Amino acid sequence: MIHARGLTKTYTIKRKTTVEAVRGVDLDVEAGQLVAFLGPNGAGKSTCLRMLTGLLPPTSGTARVAGHDVTTERAAVRAKIGYIGQKNGAGEAFRIGDELVTQGRCHGMPRREARARAEELLAVVGLDGLFARKPSTLSGGQRRRLDIALGLMNRPPLLFLDEPSTGLDPASRAEIWSHILRLRADHGTTLLLTTHYLDEADAMAERVVVIDQGRLIADGTARRLKADLAGDRLTVTLHDPADLPRAAELAAGLPGADGVTVDGGALTLRVAAADRALPEFVRALDAAGVKVDTAESSRPTLDDVFLALTGRTIRDKDA
Amino acid sequence: MAFLRDTATIFTREFAPVWRDPLSLVFTMAQPLLFLYLFGPLLAEGTATPGPAWQWFVPGILIMMCLSGPLMAGYFLLLDLIGGSMERLLVTPVSRTALLVGRTLKEFVVLLAQAVLIIGLAVPLGLDPHLPGVLTGLALLVVFGIGLGALSFVLAIVSAPGGELFYGVTQVVMFPLLLLSGVLLPVENGPGWLRAAASVNPVTYIVEAERALFAGRFLDTPVLYGALAALLTAIIGLHLGRRRIAMGV
Repeated sequence: MIHARGLTKTYTIKRKTTVEAVRGVDLDVEAGQLVAFLGPNGAGKSTCLRMLTGLLPPTSGTARVAGHDVTTERAAVRAKIGYIGQKNGAGEAFRIGDELVTQGRCHGMPRREARARAEELLAVVGLDGLFARKPSTLSGGQRRRLDIALGLMNRPPLLFLDEPSTGLDPASRAEIWSHILRLRADHGTTLLLTTHYLDEADAMAERVVVIDQGRLIADGTARRLKADLAGDRLTVTLHDPADLPRAAELAAGLPGADGVTVDGGALTLRVAAADRALPEFVRALDAAGVKVDTAESSRPTLDDVFLALTGRTIRDKDA
Repeated sequence: MAFLRDTATIFTREFAPVWRDPLSLVFTMAQPLLFLYLFGPLLAEGTATPGPAWQWFVPGILIMMCLSGPLMAGYFLLLDLIGGSMERLLVTPVSRTALLVGRTLKEFVVLLAQAVLIIGLAVPLGLDPHLPGVLTGLALLVVFGIGLGALSFVLAIVSAPGGELFYGVTQVVMFPLLLLSGVLLPVENGPGWLRAAASVNPVTYIVEAERALFAGRFLDTPVLYGALAALLTAIIGLHLGRRRIAMGV
């Protein structure tokens, strides 16, 4: 569905500074996949999406999207994709039903068909009966659902969503997601979306592509990325803080352990598999005469993955 | 074929709000209407203007409308560019040129409707229009309006996403163009520097041409100059517009 090679976008600001927004992205997405682009703001997620939708000509590199080249066959690509941008797609001056009909007409539908499709989609996204309303009278969640309807007018086999749930309250976010997932279940739509919500990428996407400073730095299922790149985390607190250096020594000796840190009275380290490592570590501490108060393990998050890859966290940059 | 259909689609989209709320036509021409009713009578009573006052004044009002209508047309495009709706339309196979031509067509229809309305309202006040002249005058106005509209679109595209440039330029440009064109008072009575400034203002020639046409003087030199000025505005506007679209919106 998507085959990109060496996609690059360079901007020149004030004829002097060049900014490399995207640097040599290779990406293959098969039909039916749900892929999340994850990365901090400014990582190049949206720029990638805009190049793949033909909105932005790449500085170099090629991409075939839905069977057509994005630079030489733009109209053919556009006929087969839906795009839901970061901003609301409906113009303020227009009735929302009219905007849907316009969208259908722009895809070459006859007026009657566009009208029927508009009514159908308004019902699908729970906006039935609001055909004659203006966007300004809708709530944030309703507007986002309207955006989804606009992106679906042409029944695209491939849908791009740029930050579909950003800025919405948790209930609206969940609702948007239920629509996205239903789309996939009912129509087998291929979905490529960007998000900086770690929990969303983790829970919803079968494939997470981590992007930072214009480069793809990791690609896989959330579970695989976490196992390969971050590992589990062990935290123990000791009865006597004076034992901490000794415990740290023992921790470093565990097979596959790294990232040993001491914070207050607690000691944390990363291991490949906590279920095996934790009993082993406690036994070792016990044998050395170090008295353990508490011991716990936690699964890594995608933020830990990002931290392991870049030394920064996604949240840091957002704050 | 596809281009015509796309142009019709965009025109229908842009025109629907006007169609559903025709009163908005009157609100957007509030300024020219105020000048017609609150300023026109002052001229008609005085002797400040050459020839029958309304014949002289109404063409100026029409030009004023061009400057508040088509020149401001980019504002709505700017709103679509700042919001996501232009981007949304760009990710459809719709013709890029149709996106602007459809909009321009809407400005054309609105301008024509408003011009006819102003002329209709001015007749009871004392305007005695020379019909063929008025029709030719409207044609000239529309050519000028399309050019201004295209220039306004280009300015809007260049100004996005911030928009400050658009507001800045239109505010700075509109009033000097208006005041220096002798729309409200004849520039002939002004000092030399002002007359010189007016003589490089294309709007001056269009106002002069409209006045000659409204009086039925088809063969006056101002008509030729006015037609040239309007045509030049349209050619420059459409050329820049096309070039800007080719670069990608």
